[in-house]
Amino acid sequence: MQEQIIERHTIAVLVDNEPGVLARVIGLFSGRGYNIESLTVSTVSEDKTVSRISIVTSGTPMIIEQIKAQLDRLVPVSAVRDLTEEGEHIEREVALIKVAAEGPQRRESLRIADIFRARVADTTVGSFVFMVTGTQEKIDAFTELMRALGEVEVSRSGVVAIARGSEVL
Amino acid sequence: MASERMTGAEIVIKALVDLGVEVVFGYPGGAVLPIYDALFKQNRLRHILVRQEGGAVHAAEGYARSTGKVGVVLVTSGPGATNAVTGLTDALMDSIPIVCLTGQVATHLIGNDAFQECDTTGITRPCTKHNYLIKDVQNLGKTLHEAFYVAGSGRPGPVVVDLPKDVQFAEGDYEVPASAEHRTYKPRVKGEPKAIEEAVALLANAKKPIIYAGGGVINSGDKGSQLLTQFVRMTGYPCTLTLMGLGAYPASDNQFLGMLGMHGTYEANNAMHDCDVMACIGARFDDRVTGRLDAFAPGAKKIHIDIDPSSINKNVRVDVPIVGDVAHVLEDIIEIWKSKQCHTDGKALDAWWDQIAEWRSIKSLDFKQTGTIIKPQHAIRRLYEATKDRETYITTEVGQHQMWAAQHFPFDKPNHWMTSGGLGTMGYGLPAAVGVQLAHPDALVVDIAGEASTMMNIQELSTAMQYRAKIKVFILNNEYMGMVRQWQELLHGGRYSETYSEALPDFVKLAEAFGAVGLRAEKPDQLDDVIAEMIATDNAVVADICVDPAENCFPMIPSGAAHNDMLLGPEDEKAKPVSKDGMVLV
Repeated sequence: MQEQIIERHTIAVLVDNEPGVLARVIGLFSGRGYNIESLTVSTVSEDKTVSRISIVTSGTPMIIEQIKAQLDRLVPVSAVRDLTEEGEHIEREVALIKVAAEGPQRRESLRIADIFRARVADTTVGSFVFMVTGTQEKIDAFTELMRALGEVEVSRSGVVAIARGSEVL
Repeated sequence: MASERMTGAEIVIKALVDLGVEVVFGYPGGAVLPIYDALFKQNRLRHILVRQEGGAVHAAEGYARSTGKVGVVLVTSGPGATNAVTGLTDALMDSIPIVCLTGQVATHLIGNDAFQECDTTGITRPCTKHNYLIKDVQNLGKTLHEAFYVAGSGRPGPVVVDLPKDVQFAEGDYEVPASAEHRTYKPRVKGEPKAIEEAVALLANAKKPIIYAGGGVINSGDKGSQLLTQFVRMTGYPCTLTLMGLGAYPASDNQFLGMLGMHGTYEANNAMHDCDVMACIGARFDDRVTGRLDAFAPGAKKIHIDIDPSSINKNVRVDVPIVGDVAHVLEDIIEIWKSKQCHTDGKALDAWWDQIAEWRSIKSLDFKQTGTIIKPQHAIRRLYEATKDRETYITTEVGQHQMWAAQHFPFDKPNHWMTSGGLGTMGYGLPAAVGVQLAHPDALVVDIAGEASTMMNIQELSTAMQYRAKIKVFILNNEYMGMVRQWQELLHGGRYSETYSEALPDFVKLAEAFGAVGLRAEKPDQLDDVIAEMIATDNAVVADICVDPAENCFPMIPSGAAHNDMLLGPEDEKAKPVSKDGMVLV
């Protein structure tokens, strides 16, 4: 009856930067049973009146359409853009990954970090904190490799995304 | 206009007056004392003291629904706000414009678990269209104007403005904002011209068309109903209405098929199922309307007109979505229809009406009034006959009596039928009737009720007495929570778990205790006299109509069934057991 294919969409939402606006967006997702895979938010306008929320969500095409319509219906929301649907866009994430390891494992972690172009943000004799940026898949892969080398603690930013080209939202 | 300097509480009163508010339904408390003090010192606003805050919101809903204006509520912090939550949710589900002002503890106490503190904006966020917490008195006037704009425009709904007590005392500047425009909230009223043309083409070529309209037509104003009626008449197409839409098209007209949905008529539901083009106008494909989704109007091209884009493609995928206000879109549809000189397919339409006549001949709403017990449907029919020549407003509670009222009390005009559709709130009808009566002091206002629902907000009879609101509470007393009992009969082997209304009060004496008039009819031959006396009584009346406790509400689309699979009466109930999938549906 309804399409059962589950799609992953990255949605950019511009909101008035007022108290409770993030709670509205999150409450909408939990209240209506939508998925949030990743959500990031930050002020983006010069006068700090506008925030941008990047949401990665998944659902059937009908659900994705609903999510966008429901977001657009919130009073403080000024724009909703489905970056996945609208064409080419860039998605990046930043992660800080602490690896506690010694001996050959420690040296190996540094070598792998080099391959991933991760930077060393902090070091002690028993640990590194790497900063790595890239797509979700790249960070997943890097984290998995590090887990094999020692104790790992991960802090990830969630996905930020923007459309390619000269058009400005 | 120059700005004026005054306290927050005075700003509230001034803004309400400037916004054209005449009546406020409320209940005082510690966190709104400054506003009540400002109310005391003026005579522009009329305050109606309810007996519980839940009653205030329902009364404001009745007021709003019967006038087309925004209903206003004023309650205190904590329990005042939490008691209002049911009414706010009700208004959200049924798209009723409400502005609810709630008191709040002083800003420096917020978050400290102060006396009568609750996170009002947090609690009401999912049950309002929007809400505000005012922390600076300088924003108060502008926000109040914005709150009314948000509540009343686009798809209407409830808006909460939370007012900390220190903000009510603080002095600030007030001026009427030059424009109510909102920076980000801009509801779209005009439909996409291309989509409208597509809709006209589909409708003109239809062989088995149906117009399915709802509460959005009424929210669109008098013009919405006028244009709907004009369009239906000029096409000669059949029209059905949702529970919320009753009155949007005259029920006495031959092109009206009755209400559709779970307890809709056989002809309306079968026409929905078999149609080839469906125009859904200001309705939202609610589960009570669609029945089983995968068997919903399988052969139909669907047009959907709605001001709320999130209503489109939510439950049912449509072919031609039109986002816009019903009246604006219908105006364009009629204009394009005329300018293109569209003609309907007369031959096909005749065949379609023949088919509809066949369904009609089943007479799915028929009942037999025999013996010495009053049938509830009969009571409503008699009430209609006795009131049809007057200006009559009907509110209802929720349950069997509500469905019987929708089936057996026809409405020819919009805004005369107030019922809790989406949320299904028992206890809605009595306070709503108070709100309607205060808006229309000379009209006859009847709350068609059940005995169980009446008990939920009976305290508001005291409000009615205080303000001489001569409402008539017409109780179809079957001593059961009838609709729940009906479902227990249908789905749970007749095990009537906790649905018998044990230890009921004597409603006649109860009415008298409030200072109202109590009447009772126990036999069919007493019914007309009781109704006549109820109408003639210059006071609030509770009429206790003792009806058949075993009567069930038919016809019915049982849960999980399709439109063309209705139960017409008790015989069908046994022959068509509800499916396992249907059991889990509400």
